[in-house]
Amino acid sequence: MLDGGRVPRPARAKGGVGVPLPHDSAHKHVTGEAVYTDDLPELPGTLHTAILLSSKAHARILRLDTTAAEAAAGVHAVLTAADVPGEVDIGPVLEGDPVLAVDKVEYTGQPVVAVAAETQEQAIAAARLIVVEYRDLPAILTAEEALAKGSFVSPGLTFRQGDAGAAIPKAANRLRGSFRIGGQDHFYLEGQIAYALPKEDGDLFCWSSTQHPSEVQHLIAKVLGKPDHAVTVEVRRMGGGFGGKETQPAMVACVAALLADRTGRPVKCRLDRDDDMVMTGKRHDFFVRYDVGFDERGRIEGIELDLAARCGYSADLSNAVVDRAMFHADNAYHLPNARITGHRCRTNTVSNTAFRGFGGPQGMVAIEYVIDEIARALDLDPLAVRRANFYGIGERDRTPYHQRVTDNVIHGIVDDLAASSDYAARRGAVDAFNARSTLVKRGLALTPVKFGISFTISHLNQAGALVLVYRDGTVQLNHGGTEMGQGVYVKVAQVVAEEFQIDIDRIRITATTTEKVPNTSPTAASSGSDLNGWAALNAAREIKNRLVTFAAAHWGVPESAVRFADNRVRIGDRAEMSFGELTTAAYLARVPLSATGFYATPKIWWNREEGRGRPFYYYAYGAAVTEVEVDTLTGEYRFTRADILHDCGDSLNPAIDLGQVEGGYVQGLGWLTMEELWWDPAGRLRTHAPSTYKIPTARDVPADFRVQLTRTTPAQEHTIHRSKAVGEPPLMLAISGYLALKDAVAAAADHAVSPRLDAPATPERVLLAIDEARARSQGTVRLAAD
Amino acid sequence: MMANTIRFVLGGEIREVPVTDPTQTVLQWLRANRRPGTKEGCAEGDCGACTVVLGTRDPAAEGGIRYRAVNACIVFVPQLDGRQLITVEDLKLPGGALHPVQRALVDCHGSQCGFCTPGFVMSLFAEFHEGPQDPGRERLLDVLAGNLCRCTGYRPIVEAGMTMRRYGIGDAFDAARAQAAALLDGIRRTEDLTVTGAGRTFHAPRRLDRLARLFAVHPDATILAGGTDVGLWVTKQHRDLKTVISVSEVAGFAAVVERDGALQIGGGATYSDLLPVVDRHFPDFAALLRRLGSVQIRNSGTMGGNVANGSPIGDSMPALIALGTTVVLNHGGTRREMPLEDLYLDYKEQARVPGELVEALTIPLDVPGRQFATYKVSKRLDQDISAVCAAYAITLNPAGKVATARITYGGMAVTPRRAARTEASLRGRPWSLETVLGAYAALAEDFQPISDMRASAEYRSRIARNLLMRFYLETTGQAGRPAEATHA
Repeated sequence: MLDGGRVPRPARAKGGVGVPLPHDSAHKHVTGEAVYTDDLPELPGTLHTAILLSSKAHARILRLDTTAAEAAAGVHAVLTAADVPGEVDIGPVLEGDPVLAVDKVEYTGQPVVAVAAETQEQAIAAARLIVVEYRDLPAILTAEEALAKGSFVSPGLTFRQGDAGAAIPKAANRLRGSFRIGGQDHFYLEGQIAYALPKEDGDLFCWSSTQHPSEVQHLIAKVLGKPDHAVTVEVRRMGGGFGGKETQPAMVACVAALLADRTGRPVKCRLDRDDDMVMTGKRHDFFVRYDVGFDERGRIEGIELDLAARCGYSADLSNAVVDRAMFHADNAYHLPNARITGHRCRTNTVSNTAFRGFGGPQGMVAIEYVIDEIARALDLDPLAVRRANFYGIGERDRTPYHQRVTDNVIHGIVDDLAASSDYAARRGAVDAFNARSTLVKRGLALTPVKFGISFTISHLNQAGALVLVYRDGTVQLNHGGTEMGQGVYVKVAQVVAEEFQIDIDRIRITATTTEKVPNTSPTAASSGSDLNGWAALNAAREIKNRLVTFAAAHWGVPESAVRFADNRVRIGDRAEMSFGELTTAAYLARVPLSATGFYATPKIWWNREEGRGRPFYYYAYGAAVTEVEVDTLTGEYRFTRADILHDCGDSLNPAIDLGQVEGGYVQGLGWLTMEELWWDPAGRLRTHAPSTYKIPTARDVPADFRVQLTRTTPAQEHTIHRSKAVGEPPLMLAISGYLALKDAVAAAADHAVSPRLDAPATPERVLLAIDEARARSQGTVRLAAD
Repeated sequence: MMANTIRFVLGGEIREVPVTDPTQTVLQWLRANRRPGTKEGCAEGDCGACTVVLGTRDPAAEGGIRYRAVNACIVFVPQLDGRQLITVEDLKLPGGALHPVQRALVDCHGSQCGFCTPGFVMSLFAEFHEGPQDPGRERLLDVLAGNLCRCTGYRPIVEAGMTMRRYGIGDAFDAARAQAAALLDGIRRTEDLTVTGAGRTFHAPRRLDRLARLFAVHPDATILAGGTDVGLWVTKQHRDLKTVISVSEVAGFAAVVERDGALQIGGGATYSDLLPVVDRHFPDFAALLRRLGSVQIRNSGTMGGNVANGSPIGDSMPALIALGTTVVLNHGGTRREMPLEDLYLDYKEQARVPGELVEALTIPLDVPGRQFATYKVSKRLDQDISAVCAAYAITLNPAGKVATARITYGGMAVTPRRAARTEASLRGRPWSLETVLGAYAALAEDFQPISDMRASAEYRSRIARNLLMRFYLETTGQAGRPAEATHA
């Protein structure tokens, strides 16, 4: 085809890999046409649910009287644990999570009774008629208390490298201390919801806002006493997840399913925001103790770290969460002699769960805090101490869990960021400002991120996909990844578009359902695009290979002569046609045009008992510099500037990935600053709505916010198109904001002492830390005897 | 027109809707009537996912209709009567083309999970119509303060707000404003509205005398003067409000006028109504009111409602009391006036008798030499309830000594309260560092605050002290306001 003498450029289909496409649902988001579970048209006869929650942190149920509720207007079913036909326990890994309380309650907010009625109002009114008599039992509310009393949801674990006990006292300097890291509510904008329909043969269909449809399927089957094949779970999209919809949707979906099964009617269970926040698990809060020995440059020679997590009343995913905290207690630093212990504290509070980073952020805060303490003790710039401790390239590269860090790019990222953010000059400017300003103090910090990619439960590192090609050359794509806003659907579709060399609008992305791909892993651990991208690629490639074989045979050319480009297929010099023409021809020649694809991450293994292995396929890296200004009269502060450089490998979609980096940073900043979960002395969460639990607004984002993805750094391992996972790692970039606050607090006491600053660093904690640091700085010398 | 119905404009036409439950929220009604684009994120007016725009006939507004964003989760259906309701479903053009606001959000990658997005679209839509050509970042942060997003980190959304007018400076609503105004004129109600359902009654009187009489006759009624708290009684506490009396249709009740050296604020004036005037006289107070609630809350909430509610953490009262505000009460037409601080007797106990209305607030303007400031401390800058709210007003005599001092704190006691001992310790003394330091002991005697989820008693006490110090430093030119407190 001659085109008016223009030089032909290599043509490319629209929307392949690396293109900054908008989110696939962006148009539907802005028009309100995107359908969430609560937006599905309700079927006739649909019932609505109210759940009665425990008002006690720990108590035996002496009497449960539901007669008045059963007789109330509009009520069709009142369900207690005794009414569950199958098993009551819905613990995802270990037992201990009853769908409804059995004989006793173990936290305030635990579901006790579920009511289904014709309207939500009727269900709520009926639930209020239920009488429960309790006898209080002793309650443990904090991690420290549980630690002291030996109350754990499962045994502790220790990683060991070298001999920390010997190295610490031998080191020239030693610091010991402790501090606390708060939890975090997910505050997904769409609360937990499920909508269950009874089907023929006693089967059950459930729309669930879940990151883990296969687990919801399995647990519904379990509580109903049915086989897995009797239950189908579907999710088109969630209004946010962040880990809060990994295990937590099961309770809501099981309640809906149980009531649907019992009444034979469709049942919707949608949690009110306050109930959601009281009932469902959050990010684990941690109590951290450290003992560290280091040399004059601040290089760590030995360290002992105790990470004690408040797990709540049950195990849920806490074992893996605390493991991941331990896996990240090195961050980017070589710890030649280390003993890292994770404690899983059992308390009479809500069972804490997965949350973006999955314990990794808490482990990383722990080591970054220690590095900051070391720098202040030696009166060195914390960045210099960080650099002194970075993992080496080809040396000093063994982690405390004995995986070698072989893809280390942190040096380059930090160098580039320090240069682009003008770190050194700004460090001087901050100090100069603080020297002349009395009421307002500024702080600055640069922190790195190295985050391990793979589920540390190795078998979860698998994914399946189903690709259907129709005669006209259009494609339906399905895989186990769930869409919670992170863009996994569009990124995987881009992989398939690239493989077939067709425009992305030729690909219809379909809802995740257990009917199409079975036994899926949760969309979690940043793995969605890595795993499902490969699975979809494998499926598409199989179909493509069949098309190539067919075309080569049909037109008599070698297979290598069949080329796909820009929605067309060139078959040697014999023919050229559109992709749809080829698929039509293939169909007529009876070539199968559907395929499943599968992927299992290679190279990984993990021996948990020995604390040794290669749990991670690779690492994602990044770094951030944040500057803050603190009002020393009230402790209030504003983040004035943040610079971020983050590594996504060869990004599948730089616009989507940039969104993950920015959003993750702001969510992390919320966690470490204003988001405070506050329980009263009776164990009741009192910050259970946006009126009392404050997540960042637009104004809380640094006014000067400069975010970059690293250029031309393909992943070293054979990841999907050499991209890197990006869901979780950027959250930890916000540690720079937290330590900038610590820097400003130290400045308020003329850097004479290192302040203790627990997270979240609310204005209150900042002011009290300033006052405490100023009091301590009177006559205190650095490196005071422990 | 049928009995027990209301009429409003939706989708370009008049809708006559029977009222089945007067306390059903607009959000519930929309979702039950096949408009699920508007989302429930919290059902308490704090997240903005349910933001819709209400058009109100206002001859002074451009095109005769004023568009304001509100939270549909705390607006009751009868409040729609006589108004235009615009939801996210209405923005797309018939051919399917996106509205400039929507296009900007798509191009800036302003949505991720998309659940908050319709709310942002509607907040920006209101700004598109009511805001200046070039709003600037600061104004947009204020416009968006009532919309929470958990995914994006906001940068792309703010950018969409900055660039939306590049996609067009007008839209179909501009073109159809005259028609919409005519529709609204056609459904204007001159008689009082009374609708019933589910055993509940909703009154919206048109005249002050009838409002006062209704309340006097139904002293157990709930007065609806914005609904930013009353809405939660329904959505969160599931209270059965038998009789609701709305003040928002009372002619002249929202007036804000300067008269005889005083600012008179009608009991029905929303924060948005009074902000421009307050800004002129007390920019500090206006800045605090912007932080008290988001645009959506300020478009619904009234200062009269804040005062009548009388919460110990209500943010209007410290400044009002420090400024010497008096409150006009009306019981069935009988008026009395008292200093605002005298209204509050104890926790949720007021000097108002049952059925007595907060009719107006009068802030004296002509106080020669008055130095005034008000501060709010909270975990988050925007839309957060105060840990401590404080207001200070002093005058000095020619010798530089404190002549009068009115110091009021919120969040420190069971009511908003003046710091009587502190005021006494300042009076007659030079306005100096020593005097302020000397007043700390009195302040400690004035208040014994509590610890709760917002702040510990210790923190409250310290900032109460430190804010007094800030006031001293500012009034003596020794300290500028830190950046965080000066945003407009």
